[in-house]
Amino acid sequence: MTGNHVKRRLAEDIFFKGMVCLFAFISLLPLFLILYYITKNGIAVIDWDFLTSLPRPIGEAGGGVFNAIVGTLMLIILSGVISIPCGIAAGIYLSENKAGKLASGIRLSVVVLQGTPSIVIGIIAYIWIVAPLKTFSALSGGIALSIMMLPVIVKTTEETLKLIPYHLKEASLALGVPYYRTILKVILPSGISGILTGILLSVARITGETAPLLFTAFGNQFMNINIFKPIDSLPYRIFYYAMSPYPEWHSFAWGASFILVVLTLVLNLIARGISVKWKTRF
Amino acid sequence: MSGTVSNTFQDDMDTQGKSIPGSTDRSEKRFRFILALCGSLIVLLLLAILVTLLVTALPSIKEFGLFFFIGKVWDATTETFGALPFLVGTLFTSFLALLISIPFSLAISIFLGEYFKEGAISGFLRSAVEILAGIPSVIYGLWGLFLLMPAVRFIEMKIGVAPHGVGILTSSLILSIMIIPFSASLGREVITLVPGDLKEAAYSLGATRFEVIKNIVIPYARSGLTAGILLALGRAIGETMAVTMLIGNSNFLPTGIFSPANTMASVIANEFAEATGVTAASLIYIALVLFFVTMIVNIAGTYVIHKLSIESSKEVS
Repeated sequence: MTGNHVKRRLAEDIFFKGMVCLFAFISLLPLFLILYYITKNGIAVIDWDFLTSLPRPIGEAGGGVFNAIVGTLMLIILSGVISIPCGIAAGIYLSENKAGKLASGIRLSVVVLQGTPSIVIGIIAYIWIVAPLKTFSALSGGIALSIMMLPVIVKTTEETLKLIPYHLKEASLALGVPYYRTILKVILPSGISGILTGILLSVARITGETAPLLFTAFGNQFMNINIFKPIDSLPYRIFYYAMSPYPEWHSFAWGASFILVVLTLVLNLIARGISVKWKTRF
Repeated sequence: MSGTVSNTFQDDMDTQGKSIPGSTDRSEKRFRFILALCGSLIVLLLLAILVTLLVTALPSIKEFGLFFFIGKVWDATTETFGALPFLVGTLFTSFLALLISIPFSLAISIFLGEYFKEGAISGFLRSAVEILAGIPSVIYGLWGLFLLMPAVRFIEMKIGVAPHGVGILTSSLILSIMIIPFSASLGREVITLVPGDLKEAAYSLGATRFEVIKNIVIPYARSGLTAGILLALGRAIGETMAVTMLIGNSNFLPTGIFSPANTMASVIANEFAEATGVTAASLIYIALVLFFVTMIVNIAGTYVIHKLSIESSKEVS
């Protein structure tokens, strides 16, 4: 009787472990399917022409996503220029002022901003920039994306700087170095790897964002580098092509997806490489 | 690393060490001011978002008030707007997605946090989950459109319902894949935090590993797992692109899990670009609701995590 009982419990144990492994690996299945289909369908359409030419109207063979690649890069730069300085400064403020009303207010705002749906941020950028200027523009897209980047940068900066030992700061202050130079010349350089990682991760996050661009950067079949005009971007192009009824455009969507996935994966990899390799140890 | 730090430091001392003492004081003040300014800017940004949404949604709030939430009709031609179909659509899809994803994310958390804490397999699984989190939403949508949709359509034909292919089930499936990484990574962290002596005590009483997980690990990590689920829920509610591509965009109340619908986010994505007047205000009203809902869910999740970290730091000391 007891033997049976133990056997049952052991069987239960093995069964549970089997289920955990099974479920864990089933959840990887979609990832492999996604990567497989993107690679299979994407590589087939990618060639030099696809990377360097502009989209053509339906019926004409060929065409590419050059303007979308340029647009995505422009949007990244625009949003980076807006959000990186402010985000790092706010992160420093938080790490220097751990308690206090303003600090907890900022922390709460960062949490809320990070959770705000991207579509809502798109609407905000529309109301703030597109409606007054009466035109869709790269600038409005950049601002929408920078609002999405900001919380990530603030959080990673704060967390990185928190880890820097206090005696480093004390040593610098004891030498008579003014407080602001201590922060800029001692604390910030020591935490640079963490901050860079945060910036790259936030860039990876916004590179694939489509929803905030729907009513801001909008999309543009032509080449454009004027930030006050609508601009194309890879995610928007994917969306546009995927929802179209033409099989040829569908294959273009796969090609653009391949480029986008490679771009975000590379950004993630570099971010992780930096955080491992450049990590300052104390 | 440290070499470059001291070098730049030296240079600055050489070039600017001669400056008068008063100027240091002034730059010090300026520096602190700039830091505080950038910090307050974030708070102001959030307030500005809130005020903007409120003000621009005002025409719709005035006209429909709270009836907005129980109105079943969304019709731009007669300017009658009720958001009930979208509320139901959002709740339906996100909770269904949560339900589908929980066994998987829990399995990953236990796998990584308990069975295989380190080693090649766990490293592989962990990076795979990270990649899953990094794939853009629009690509999930594309994949769903060309693979998930035909599969669901096939099932629909087999069981004899209208073969739309798109609808609540399809979007919930794609959403569940997208939110797995969120609850799984937090779940792994809290499961690793379960104190070893608790588990050892149970083992020494003769408990099997399954019993330890069921009776010690899961109850101990409960609040952390809840936080992970809350954050995943917040993500599911606000997710736009993949859902917009797969939900079928129907402005009527969904009738079952196969019926096409619309969520709060997807109706905005579909209609905002062409909307004017009361229609636009009503869509912004929806955005306002969406903003509040995700805000509450996220604050709740973060609060649980915060409490958790305080508890664990107490135990260490």
